[in-house]
Amino acid sequence: MTDPVLEVRGLTKRFGALVVSDAIDLSLNPGEIHALIGPNGAGKTTLIAQVCGMLAPDAGRIRLKGQDVTALPARARARRGLARTFQISALAMEDTVLQNAMLGALGAAATPWRLFRPVLQDAALRATAEAALSRVGLLDKAAVRTAELSHGERRQLEVAVALTLKPAAFVMDEPMAGLGAEGGQKMTALLDQLRHEAPILLVEHDMDAVFALADRISVLVYGRVIASGPPDAIRADAAVREAYLGDAA
Amino acid sequence: MSREGYVNAALIAGLIGVPLWAHVAGEPFTITLATRAVIFALAAVGLNLALGLGGLVSLGHAVFFGIGGYAMGILAFHAQTYTPMFPDWLNIEGTKSMPVIWLVAVVSSALAALVIGLLSLRTSGVYFIMITLAFGQMFYYFAISWRAYGGEDGMSIYLRNSFPGLNTLDPIQFYGLCFVLLCAALWLTARIARAPFGLLLNAARQVPHRVETVGLDGQRAKLVAFVISGAITGLAGALFADLNRFVSPTMFSWHMSGEIMIFVILGGVARLFGPVAGAVLFVAMEHVLGDLWDHWHILLGLLLLGVVLFARGGVIGLLAGKARTHD
Amino acid sequence: MSAILIVEQVLNGLQFGVMLFLMAAGLTLIFGVMGLINLAHGSLYMVGAFVAATVAAATGSFLLALVAAMGAAAMAGALIEMTVIRRLYHTDHLDQVLATFALILVFSEGTRWIFGSFPLYLARPEALAGSLTLPFGIEYPRYRLALIGAGLAVALGLWLLIAKTRIGIRIRAGENDREMIAALGVDIRTLYTFVFALGAALAGLAGALVGAIQSVQVGMGEPVLILAFVVIVIGGIGSIKGAFVGALVVGLTDTLGGIFLPELFKLFMEPASATQVGASLASMAIYLLMAAVLIWRPTGLYGARA
Repeated sequence: MTDPVLEVRGLTKRFGALVVSDAIDLSLNPGEIHALIGPNGAGKTTLIAQVCGMLAPDAGRIRLKGQDVTALPARARARRGLARTFQISALAMEDTVLQNAMLGALGAAATPWRLFRPVLQDAALRATAEAALSRVGLLDKAAVRTAELSHGERRQLEVAVALTLKPAAFVMDEPMAGLGAEGGQKMTALLDQLRHEAPILLVEHDMDAVFALADRISVLVYGRVIASGPPDAIRADAAVREAYLGDAA
Repeated sequence: MSREGYVNAALIAGLIGVPLWAHVAGEPFTITLATRAVIFALAAVGLNLALGLGGLVSLGHAVFFGIGGYAMGILAFHAQTYTPMFPDWLNIEGTKSMPVIWLVAVVSSALAALVIGLLSLRTSGVYFIMITLAFGQMFYYFAISWRAYGGEDGMSIYLRNSFPGLNTLDPIQFYGLCFVLLCAALWLTARIARAPFGLLLNAARQVPHRVETVGLDGQRAKLVAFVISGAITGLAGALFADLNRFVSPTMFSWHMSGEIMIFVILGGVARLFGPVAGAVLFVAMEHVLGDLWDHWHILLGLLLLGVVLFARGGVIGLLAGKARTHD
Repeated sequence: MSAILIVEQVLNGLQFGVMLFLMAAGLTLIFGVMGLINLAHGSLYMVGAFVAATVAAATGSFLLALVAAMGAAAMAGALIEMTVIRRLYHTDHLDQVLATFALILVFSEGTRWIFGSFPLYLARPEALAGSLTLPFGIEYPRYRLALIGAGLAVALGLWLLIAKTRIGIRIRAGENDREMIAALGVDIRTLYTFVFALGAALAGLAGALVGAIQSVQVGMGEPVLILAFVVIVIGGIGSIKGAFVGALVVGLTDTLGGIFLPELFKLFMEPASATQVGASLASMAIYLLMAAVLIWRPTGLYGARA
């Protein structure tokens, strides 16, 4: 078996008396989509924030490609190949679609301190950005101002920016949020392909998408992973049924 | 060419044509007014880099304007009194050479911007505004208490400093120098806006968390922008001191910071030529309205209120329509 | 240097501090509840001083002058809130800075237009003339003691208002959750106007009280305004307690620094340059203090952690 790309061990975070992450173990293997589900307030967002380096855990380790990144800030983790997308699109609305994608390419190329050379004339950066836009089907909108995109297109652009990093692993925070049926199907198809480029840790509320895509599912309740396994096992799991449906165990 | 392009071209044509006409017609005062406008524009081009592109609402840019002014004042003071600048062990003499003065002004205001930026950028939003304002006030009081260089009264410099090959006492030649420096600063900021650094800064203003998650350092970009911005405003300060042949603590006052910001806003934030349009309009109003009514600041205040509440794009926005993204 | 001088200077620092608190409390309240940075707060201080000087000159009553100053500042505050400030709550800080800076231009130049450039004189009330002998034979002006008392009384009153009254509950709710209190049927527009007028009244009171020990002139509010900003940065924006502690710290540092720093430098420098260096450093002391607080706690002593 190959080593996991991303590995979380014993991750713990408390806010006062409230334990929001309770000794969480997670792993993300090459080629897989690992979905993280759980009711609202289960601690999914806090977990993601720790994995990506926006929030420091109280205990536990996070490894990326075998390296311990627990102490590194978000910026350094991104440079080591961790690409995240945001639940609420974090895009420069005043800029064009291409400029947003270029920003990601710039991060990957690490040449942001060039003060003079026009960025849009940098062929290598531009190729990376355009390839990513083309992957998500936004290449024809490259020159459009981001504020003029539809909600669904902004979700696609979120993914494109992550793609420009040529990441080792994706962390996606509700990429389906707010998408209609058609948009959801498009996004599902896109993620299905992307897993071959880099595995995806997927936080998602859309259960159809989760069960269609995920190789493994972990269920988070009150900061704890109460179940983890392939979709069929999760569907049958008594603890999960209790947490979601209130079924007697 | 876009409409904004035409407006910009008209501004540049005016800044070349009007002083030349004044020179031929023998109206040196008009040239002096134009010089004042061009120097204010340069100071505001500096602020616009931090404010427009970086989103840093600095209410302390008079610090850099004042440092530039005092760099000129101190160097020229020692040159005209033939006194060394430091105690005996460091035998540095003053100078009347503009290029040297400019270099000192740019370097010292950049250093001040680095220190103030490092401290102020630990915070954001309204804290940033108050802190830059407070640092401005600190320099203001320091200049007042610094009696060796005139204290509250400031100091007069009796001769204009020199530039190789030019007669700087000739208004049109001095104007030409200032105008060339303004064009250089405009060219520099235009390049920066289109460079990778500009893209980074622009995104760091709009979505700081996104910038971090693609592996870039938005805070450091803002600091670099603040330093370049301070250096440009510092250069303007040195020119302003040379224009007036006088420096005083008022160059550090927070009204000065407010006015530099007004130039940017009247013209239009984040527009390349916004600060130029704003400074020209300000100097024109100061001259025309100031002659008509001593209390013209009331009108300036009302105009500024009108621009903020009803005409966000400033003059260039009114003339050229909505802002377009750079391409 | 005698102990008496030290006590005197501490009292001066306290007096300066409580007056700064009157300014800072309004600013921090307005920022906490409405999210607005108000540069024109110094203009309301000036309005208070000018109205007090005018009313005192016409009626001879200092008390009446104080009431008129607070009333006029509150009215001016309510007026600008309803015409200008109200449009700024949902805009960014840049717009707030510019619009309130514009208000300063209008207020300052308008005052100069009406009253001219010469300072007005506001006499201290007869009853508070002269000095009081404190324990250990310390002579201290009655009026300044009264300022300290008035400032502390207002601080207490403000605390009672916010902690104990129905309107205080609404103000605190407004700081935490604007949509919620609007949903609960509180008239948020009136609440905002009230809070702004309250802050203005405090500024007007401070202007009138200080007007009797300084000259009443255009621009008098601006140095105080900027010091009040330093106070809130140190204390933490939105916190009344922070404003109180910050105001006393700034008042004491500024007053004592001006006296003791030159003395301190005389210990190891020749007197002339010690006075020079000491004075320069004293003028910067509170800003250095602010920088130190920022390095230690970027959101101030009592500010919410980001």
